[in-house]
Amino acid sequence: MEFFQYLGAATRESFTKLGRASYFLIGMLSGISSVLIRPCLLLKQMHSVGVLSFLIITISGLFVGMVLGLQGFYILSRFGAEETLGVMVAASLVRELGPVVAALLFAGRAGSALTAEIGLMKATEQLSGMEMMAIDPIKRIISPRFLAGFLSMPLLAALFSAVGIIGGQIVGCGLLGVDDGAYWSQMNANLDFQKDIINGIIKSVVFGFVTSWIALFEGYDAIPTAEGVSRATTRTVVNSAFSILGLDFILTALMFGDN
Amino acid sequence: MNNRSHNTNNLVSVNNLTFSRGTRKIFDDISLEFERGKITAIMGPSGTGKTTLLKLIGGQLFPQTGNIMVNGRDVHHLKRDELYTLRKRMGMLFQSGALLTDITVFDNVAYPLREHSHLPESMIRSLVLMKLEAVGLRGARDLMPNELSGGMARRVALARAIALDPMMIMYDEPFTGQDPISMGALVHLIKSLNTTLSLTSIVVSHDVHETAAIADYIYVLSEGKVVGQGTPQEIKESPSEWVQQFMNGAADGPVHFHYPAKDYMDDLLHTEKTLFSRKRLIGEKPAKRRRYS
Repeated sequence: MEFFQYLGAATRESFTKLGRASYFLIGMLSGISSVLIRPCLLLKQMHSVGVLSFLIITISGLFVGMVLGLQGFYILSRFGAEETLGVMVAASLVRELGPVVAALLFAGRAGSALTAEIGLMKATEQLSGMEMMAIDPIKRIISPRFLAGFLSMPLLAALFSAVGIIGGQIVGCGLLGVDDGAYWSQMNANLDFQKDIINGIIKSVVFGFVTSWIALFEGYDAIPTAEGVSRATTRTVVNSAFSILGLDFILTALMFGDN
Repeated sequence: MNNRSHNTNNLVSVNNLTFSRGTRKIFDDISLEFERGKITAIMGPSGTGKTTLLKLIGGQLFPQTGNIMVNGRDVHHLKRDELYTLRKRMGMLFQSGALLTDITVFDNVAYPLREHSHLPESMIRSLVLMKLEAVGLRGARDLMPNELSGGMARRVALARAIALDPMMIMYDEPFTGQDPISMGALVHLIKSLNTTLSLTSIVVSHDVHETAAIADYIYVLSEGKVVGQGTPQEIKESPSEWVQQFMNGAADGPVHFHYPAKDYMDDLLHTEKTLFSRKRLIGEKPAKRRRYS
């Protein structure tokens, strides 16, 4: 009996939290107009969320591309199709790995930082203090960070894919002897702008939206103690990862399911 | 003991307020009056909801019944814009200072001015320096909040609270954790700011002597009720057991030393089954029974 009580309470709490998150989202989106009036707020957050994630995205993209080049070469060479290595690396990155891995890294690096920052602002009464100064913390603190995350994510995913393609070329052409011209020309000929690149961008936009929302909501909803903030930060990374991977499947099915 | 009657000279009136958190009643039908230009103190043991009362007055929490009038307006029936307009005239000093940690002392004090006024930067600079001079920290304007002591942080927060020249300031435990020099400085500041700026001050505190030294009127709260009220002298001479326990710092009395609990021996001998209980401490797993052969 106790188990069912626990289950019922947990379910009710989940729906209540979903309601709070939706209400928070509406407030956050309605605050975007005030951010556009003061772009300096956005630029500061773009730096903290986007520019400071540059290094981890670049290095990870390079290594992922190099591994793809290596694995792709061994598979393709069995069929004598090494020349198509560029297509394989680029399609894998632009369609899937770029948006997904960049979003996972973004959630780990920038998302956790956002949750911890907002959670600590709540724990140290900075958000209450702003409310008492008649300044809406959602508009002033949350919306600029959301917009920064939302805009940074597609750029970071594009950077990840671009660096990954170079990584694939370094290994494929530089070390394994694939023809440089074939690597680029095959990629150029076989990658579709609409189907591959635009769909990849759509994915990264969706992941940016969801990851930023989760990170900011978890921080804002955190229990204002050291332990509460720590648990909220963990939830951000876990929930973001689940959401990214789940949404990736749904989006992939919608975009490429008819092939 | 004189009960303050409701009159137009009261800036804040709390009328028949009831507020609960879950099943726990924090305030049970209490009424308080805060006169214009005076320092009124709310005193009482920890956990009586003194900070909650300030949040209710500031419109951050909603009461179950009763109302709070600030400057003739019912705080909880204002539209968001109207509430924000009212809050611009209400300063609040948080216990932690609540300074924004990513900007300097100067920018913290300038923050409400930059947000709410369209003054040129040169004028904001002058105003900020005047406010910082009033709290004696003009020389600390370039420091970051993490470089300030607790007392200095509260003084900076006080400078920020008076930046918009409010009609009232609410102080949440301003003396807690302060060394005697910082405490003396804060006591002096609260009194002098109240006089020179013609403010109305509400001081929430459990520091009996410091608060009694500057307050014009004191309310003593306990278990959701007003158990005593009057001038500091009247409070000191109060026949109420509650008030006397609080003012003299007696460990036991009407306010018990022990939090309500079941019988001590029963508790020691009985292990509660808490497998699916949400009351279980986070991370605390039921001990596995080890088998020895």
